[in-house]
Amino acid sequence: MNIELVLFGAFALLTLLSAGLVIFARSPISSAMSLVATFFFLAGIYVLLWAHTVAVLQVLVYAGAIMVLFLFVIMLLNLGETSSSGPRMTISRIAGGAAAAGLLVVLVMAIWRMPTTGTFTGAQAVQSGFGTLAVIGQTIYTKWLLPFEAVSLLLLVGMVGAVVVAKSRI
Amino acid sequence: MVPISYYLILAAALFCMGMFGVLVRRNALVVFMCVELMLNAANLTFLAFAKASGDVSGHVSAFFVIAVAAAEASIGLAIVIAVFRSRGTINIEEIRTMKH
Repeated sequence: MNIELVLFGAFALLTLLSAGLVIFARSPISSAMSLVATFFFLAGIYVLLWAHTVAVLQVLVYAGAIMVLFLFVIMLLNLGETSSSGPRMTISRIAGGAAAAGLLVVLVMAIWRMPTTGTFTGAQAVQSGFGTLAVIGQTIYTKWLLPFEAVSLLLLVGMVGAVVVAKSRI
Repeated sequence: MVPISYYLILAAALFCMGMFGVLVRRNALVVFMCVELMLNAANLTFLAFAKASGDVSGHVSAFFVIAVAAAEASIGLAIVIAVFRSRGTINIEEIRTMKH
């Protein structure tokens, strides 16, 4: 039995389960904690894809910073149970479920018919330093320098904008 | 070795779950969390194709997606706080100011 396939199956199953909990949990706190679990399991899948740096960033930035921000806002707004909507079958839920299922069918059919031979060079093209911080840093600072600076500007604008929007009086 | 289509199908399932959550949930915070799920599905697709083609640019794209998600979360949560302060609710069905 292939150990990589077993790990992938376990991580994929846990990811889908915790993502389902994010959607169907009653209180926003449970949703946030399930989302943290989803990010951890996805980081495991990223390691299977030889993306160690992105996995570390996922845990540090997503599960660390962004989810702390979410939890802070949930605590600040002091929300209780969400109006006990229950498992009713409203029009919007049926339409949303149909739209999501239709998109899933279309995507899976497209992936199934994807050409797998000839297009992709596969694992033999993966160098020994693939996915390490040194290689990614070199790529960012040579080929992607302008987008990197644009992202830093975007984060600055986001920071200032968040302060301005959330201030009580402008 | 796991085929790339398994990763892509997992990403498609994750994206569709996030889309379902965005469409049916009424709590604005949970809607933001479902948007984060969809962004993670996009990241998974980037990384799967990066491994399949042996090119590290997909990792850089995933890095940019994470940075943009951080900016989006900060702005979105600030808007949620502002709306809660003026309306007293974050149920997106009760916020009808921008409906025609």
